[in-house]
This record gives sequence, structure tokens and C-alpha cells, in this order.
Amino acid sequence: MKLFKLSLKNIRKSFKDYAIYFFTLILGISIFYVFNAIDSQTVMLDVTSSTKEIIKLMTNMLSGVSVFVSFILGFLIIYASRFLIKRRNKEFGIYLTLGMSKRKISMILFFETLFIGIISLGVGLILGFLLSQLMSILVANMFDANMTKFTFIFSTSACIKTILYFMVMYILVMIFNTINISKCKLIDLLHGNKKSEKIRLKNRVVCIIIFLISACLLGYAYYFVTAGFEKLDTANKIFIPIIIGCVTTFFIFWSLSGLMLEIVMRMKKIYYKGLNSFIVRQVSSKINTTVFSMTVICLMLFVTICVLSASLTLKNSMQANIHKLAPADIQLTKSMNLSDALLEEGYKKEEIEESKIDILDSFQDMNFDFDNYIKDSVEVDIYHTEDLTLNHTLGSLLDTIRTQFRFLRYDSPEDIMKLSDYNKVARFYGNKEYTLKENEYLVVADFNSMVNVRNMALNNQEEIHLFDHTLTPAYTECQDGFVEMSSQHINSGIIVVPDSIIDENYRAYNVVIANYKKSSKEDRLEIEKTILNAIQESEKPISNNTKIDITEASVGLGALVTFIGLYLGVIFLISSAAILALKELSESSDNKERFRMLRRIGTDEKMLNRALFKQIAIFFLFPLMIAIIHSVFGILFSVKVLEIFGNEELLPSILMTALFLIIIYGGYFLITYYCSKNIIKEKL
Amino acid sequence: MENILKVDKIEKYYGNKSSLTKAIDNISFEVDKKEFVAIMGASGSGKTTLLNVISTIDRVTSGHIYVGGVDITKLKGNNLNKFRREELGFIFQDFNLLDTLTAYENIALALSIQNVNSKEIDKKIKQVSKELNIENVLKKYPYQMSGGQKQRVASARAIITDPKLVLADEPTGALDSKSAKMLLERFKHLNEELDTTILMVTHDAFTASYASRVIFIKDGKIFNEIQRGNDSRKEFFDKIIDVVTLLGGDLNEAL
Repeated sequence: MKLFKLSLKNIRKSFKDYAIYFFTLILGISIFYVFNAIDSQTVMLDVTSSTKEIIKLMTNMLSGVSVFVSFILGFLIIYASRFLIKRRNKEFGIYLTLGMSKRKISMILFFETLFIGIISLGVGLILGFLLSQLMSILVANMFDANMTKFTFIFSTSACIKTILYFMVMYILVMIFNTINISKCKLIDLLHGNKKSEKIRLKNRVVCIIIFLISACLLGYAYYFVTAGFEKLDTANKIFIPIIIGCVTTFFIFWSLSGLMLEIVMRMKKIYYKGLNSFIVRQVSSKINTTVFSMTVICLMLFVTICVLSASLTLKNSMQANIHKLAPADIQLTKSMNLSDALLEEGYKKEEIEESKIDILDSFQDMNFDFDNYIKDSVEVDIYHTEDLTLNHTLGSLLDTIRTQFRFLRYDSPEDIMKLSDYNKVARFYGNKEYTLKENEYLVVADFNSMVNVRNMALNNQEEIHLFDHTLTPAYTECQDGFVEMSSQHINSGIIVVPDSIIDENYRAYNVVIANYKKSSKEDRLEIEKTILNAIQESEKPISNNTKIDITEASVGLGALVTFIGLYLGVIFLISSAAILALKELSESSDNKERFRMLRRIGTDEKMLNRALFKQIAIFFLFPLMIAIIHSVFGILFSVKVLEIFGNEELLPSILMTALFLIIIYGGYFLITYYCSKNIIKEKL
Repeated sequence: MENILKVDKIEKYYGNKSSLTKAIDNISFEVDKKEFVAIMGASGSGKTTLLNVISTIDRVTSGHIYVGGVDITKLKGNNLNKFRREELGFIFQDFNLLDTLTAYENIALALSIQNVNSKEIDKKIKQVSKELNIENVLKKYPYQMSGGQKQRVASARAIITDPKLVLADEPTGALDSKSAKMLLERFKHLNEELDTTILMVTHDAFTASYASRVIFIKDGKIFNEIQRGNDSRKEFFDKIIDVVTLLGGDLNEAL
């Protein structure tokens, strides 16, 4: 097998050229494995069944994301191999002149891809296996689970999946290579690199006009997702700024690459200093020919930055929230005073009867000694009346607000509480207590958007009419607080009124909030199980909301978001950095020639290296800069969208994201620089 | 007369002990200021190696080369680069222009790496482009120019730094006869009017006939040397042909 040997030799010889490609493949494979192996890594964890459910959901979603990731990696690999083939045009040309058939050249490439595939899969899987052990520590940490014991786990299913997916990618590469080779002409192969690229100078005026239009449109898109956020009232409308963003990014790269050269050329002092003219030309010609890739890279970086920082923020704020927003162990709620009219809507007689009994009385009916399990508790009531809905509380501002916020439910009854009841809960939770005069009311809310809506009315001193009383707001804005435990700020408003005006006939819910007697995790789980089982067996319509459930759901959601964010973020980062690196290195042979010329006319080695560094740095930074500008608005937007999860500080997660960026993107940059430096080096 | 270049008993060996090739075997000569010297020889005679060691692209095995009194075989690293960019001008057979830059920028580069300011650069380029008749191609890119234009741009780059010595390696090698003639006329002009010292390597008798002195090299040694004196170019050309005939071998192909 001569061809076989030839391919093997080729790989060994051009290992340096392949280094970045290899590196990227191995990283891609190991990350793919790690995220698909999470399933097996969590088997060892000591977690509750509901957490197991969440982990299952997470692994399902991750495998869905994997399909998407495989598409991205597939494109990357095909793109990269096209680059590598281009570099070897001359070699193939020589084979052809020696009489080798195109079929045989395709075979050489086939073997090469095969070798690269096998080696990269082998190394990638080993690396992935090692990394996944670290991952299981991270998973355990995230789910707050005890690692009963640490064992090395190898996930056969993830391994098979990785091999399968990448095999498909490699086969695609082989097909593409064969097509490429069969299409090429000998003359182009031999003299392909001699054809000097035509430098198409763009029309300055067209550039400026396109740049200005794009900048304006982009500004509009930015405005749309931040200040004009309220106009985004249907989910479909979010596509408008996204499409505008993508298209304008392309045109901004297109026009900037032309304009940048114009501008720097005008600054003669800078342009004709040292190798600056050379650097600027190099960069602008490179960006000129890669406007599309630049756009894709910029958008990928943008998504990476947003996804990473948003997901990390989300996770952090959810953890912080639980502490504050779920301060008691259990909260039981029961509907009260169902009206007889509901009989016609399919409610049963017993249900209507049942709704006349309080929660604590229900426990007595069940012969269940609730007090035996709990340390302390409070019992409060919530009232509803058709005469007090959002329509009424907003008062004279209703019409103005209605036009701005079309999707609020204006006709559902407001939650009303007695002041003494609210204070009981507040004391129990450790929140602020309030006092009211006889003709005053206050609104407690913590869901930001609703707070804003309600503040308009409160600020306007809107009166409410309730049970034949007229009340004025005690405060000009909503007070912070909640009754329903949750992992997020979702209290959209409770109207707190003086005790004396309440009509008991309008009681809608009876609520009991309690802490368990024991404090250890196991004991609390045990108590919770007993109480909930008792309720379930009695078939009483008492709904529950417990701290353990909230915590698990929130941790699960946090972990889910974090893992998907990490997965996509890292893959996007690797892909974009790899494209840039390959593009830079694929031109290294041209560069080598250019640097040799510079050296011959007596340029210092230091100057050359600095020129190379600047050239690569600008090439890497250009898409990143625009991505960062996009991201500022993207993150502002995601902050608004994720408001209900709480506005935990963004800074730590942005720093985290920056760290990822610096390590991966910066790493690729440095590798590219050192590889290029090696290529242009010449010893005397 | 003051000599610009003094080559003193240089030798250059390639290969290892078992198979040694003497590319240059004990060559000594001098080039005076304002001289236009051509070095002729067949392929493999060592003429390009000679040019490479003088231009510090390659190193000698033994001997010394003095440019303006400085022993350049002793120079290293950045001093070497400094010497190259300040004292020497290069013209190559394949032009060696940067394809991403315009003619103007290519020429400017030779000065900008010496930290000359942009006004001074502009002034000098205007001047030198007039001398070389390339004013109308300054804004063009190499791919938009003919071979002759490219070589004149490269020559402009070589002389704009006012080098002590301009080294030309087969400057007409890639040109058609008309362009070659035009370029050589420019060289003559530079040499006679601007007092540029030129050392040119060629295997073409016609090209060599523009020089004021021709040194013939065979198998790494100086074979002969003829002065133009007061001869016309045509007479000098005939004399060169005589020596070439004497040399025999490959160089006949040069006719």
C-alpha cells in the first residue's frame, strides 16, 4: 500500500500545519464526550428522585443541543479541511504531473482523513474521559449532592455517540475532499499561489453610505431591545432586531474593511511609520476577503458572551433568591368559599362543602397531628372580590397603561390581605412589617415589571373602593415583600388593607406557613414526606409549596442553563477562534514570502515580529470588538427578560465569561502567533 | 579613488567533509565609488553566491568583505539588518515587491523602516520616481504593472535610501528585451548622473555591456576582468563576447 504510506508520511511531515486543526478536533471531541457523559457521571450521585428527574431532563436537552453542536463542528471541520487542501495544491499538482490519477489522490486524502480521524478520536476521547471526571465534581457541586465515593466512570454510550457523530463528520469531509479534487485543474494547482489576489478597492462613498445606514439600523435594533423593550409585545417581534443585527453586522464588516484602510491611509504620519502600511494592508486585505466568516465569527462570539454571562447570572441569582424568597419549610394553600354557582360548572357538592373548612381543621378531620411535626406556623387568609381587579387599582391611569402593556390580565381579582395577616407572614419570614391608618392601603410586590406598572397608579394617589370603604395609598410606591414562596421574584401584587374593613365572606384562600421541627436535611425530607402523604391519602384539595421542592427545581434549572450555556459557549468560542487561526495560518506561506522580502531590505527581526503580532491581534480583535458592542445590548436585553429571576449582580458572571474568552480565544491567538512566527522565521 | 567594496580572499564551501563544493574559491576584487560593475558567469559559477555573501544574505567560510571600510563578515543580528537597510540597496530578478502594497508604499517602506518622516518620504519618492520614470505607476499595485515597471519600482526602492552600494541580481532576467534595455538605460543614468555605485550579477552579455567593468567568474574563481574604458557600448559588447567565447561552455547560451 504505497498510498497508505504516503498519507502517513504526509501527516507526520505536515504535523505542524495540522497542529491547530488537530488541537481543535481533539478539543471538540472531548467536549462533546464530556457533555454527553454527564448522564453516566450523575449515576453515582446521592440525590432525590426529583433531582434525578431534572438531571434526566438536562441530559435530554444536552443531547438535543449536541445535534446542533455537531452541525457546527461539522461545518468547522469541512471548512478547516478545505483550507488545508488549498495549502497543498502544489503537492497535488506534482502528483498529477507524475501521472497519478485523481482517484488516487482522493485515496491519499481519504487515508489522511482516516488517520486524523482515528488519532483525534482516540486522543479526544481520552482527554474527554479525564475531563469528565472533573465534570462529575462540578455536577455534584451544582446539585448540592454528596459524592458518596469518587470513582472513575467511563460512559460507553457517550463514547459510542461521539464516535458515531464524528464518523459522520469525517465521512462528509472525505466526500467534500473528493469533490474538491475532482473539480480542480492542474494549471491552477501548480500556479494557484502565483495568482496574486486582485485587490478590489471599494468605492469610498458607497462604503461610507453603507456604513452609516448599517450603523443607524443597528442603533435602531439596539434601541429596540433595550429602551424600546416594551414594544416587543409578541415573541415574533424579537426576530426583527436579530435579523437587523445579523445583516448590519455583515455590512459593517464589509464597509469598515474598506473605510479602515482609507482612514489610516489619510493619517500619513502613522501610515508611513515603520511597517504600519504593511500591517494595515495585510489586515484589510484579509478582512476584505473574509467578510462573511468575520460576520459569522462575530455573531458566534456575541452569542457566546451573552449565553455565558446570562446563564451564569441566572444560576447565581437563583441560588441567592432561594435563601430570601423561600424562608419557610412548607406552605399549604386551600381554596375557600367556592360559591354554589360553581355547581353548574362541574364542581361536585363535596368540593363546595370542603371549601368551607380551614386547613388546620382539615388536618383534624384526617386525624393527622400536624403540630407534632412542626416547630412554628402562621395561618393567614387571602380575599378576592370581583369589585377589585387590576382595572380598579389602576384607576384613572388604566387607559394609558393598557396601551403600553397590552398583555396584562386586567380583569382578574386582586389578592387582598388583612394588615395583621400580612404582618404575621412578614414577621415569620423576617420581612418588614407595616402599619396603616383606617383609610389607607398599601401594595406589596416584587416582580419588577408589575412594580413599575403599579407604581404609576400609586404615585398618582389612585383610590380604591373596597367593601364600601374608600382607601388611599399609604405609600407612593410598591413595598417589597411576598407571601407565596418561590425561587424568583414573582409577586405581582398583594393589596394590604386595614383589618376592620374586611368582609369574611370574600375569603378565597386559607394559607398555612410552617417550619419543620427538625433541621437536618434527612429529617426534613422525612417530615415532608409524612405530611404530604397524609394530605394525598385524604384526597383533601390542599396544595403545597415546599422549600425542598423549590430548591431542587431551582438548582436543576440553574444547572440546566449553566451546562447548556457552557456547552454552547465553549463550542462557539473554539469554532470561531479556530476559523481565525486557520485562516491566518493558511496564508502563512504567502506571509513567509512577504516577510522574507522585508528582511532582505533590512527590517529588524523585532520589528517583523511586532508587525506579525499586531497583524494577528487586529485580525482576532476586530470581530471581538463588534461582538462586545453587540453583547452590551444583548446582555441588557437578557437582564430585562430574566428580570423575574432577580437582578443578581452581573459583574461576576461577566468576569467569568471574560475569563473563558481570554483562556480559549486568547489561547488560540497565542498559538496562532507562535506558529506563524515559527513559519516566518529564517536562520542566517 | 575611494573604494566602496573590498572583497578579500573569500571562500565559500557547501556540503560536508565527504563531498565538499567550493562555490567561491579565493576571490578578491575591489569596487570603487561611482563604478558600475557586472559579474558574469554561467549557472553554477558561483556568481549568485558571491552576491549573496556581499549582501549578507549568506555568510562566507573564510575571508573578509569590507563595505565602506566596515568588515561586514563580522556583523551580527540587528547590526546586520541596520547595515543592510542603511548601506545597501537590493534589486532582485523576481522584483520582490509586496503584492499587497502600491508602488508608492513599496518604495516608502524602505524609508519608513528607518523611521524617516512621511513628508521626507514623499519628497524623496517624487524625486526618485522622476529619475526612474515611474511617476504614473505609483498608485498601482504590482499585479497592475508590467515587468519592466515592477523592476524600476524595485530599483527606486533600492536607491531611495542613498545606499553606498546597489546590488542587482539578474535584474533583467524576467524582462523582455525592450524593458530590459529601458531598465539598463536607467541604471546607466543612475550611475552617471546620480553617482550610484552598482554591482550587478548577470549571465547576459548585453546586460553586462552597460557596465563600466565586467568580472568573469568560472568555477568559483575570477577568470578574467575587462574595463570598458572609452569604448562605445557596442565595442564593449564585442569584447565581452570574445571573453565569453574563450570561457566556453554554458555561457555561450547567453548569446
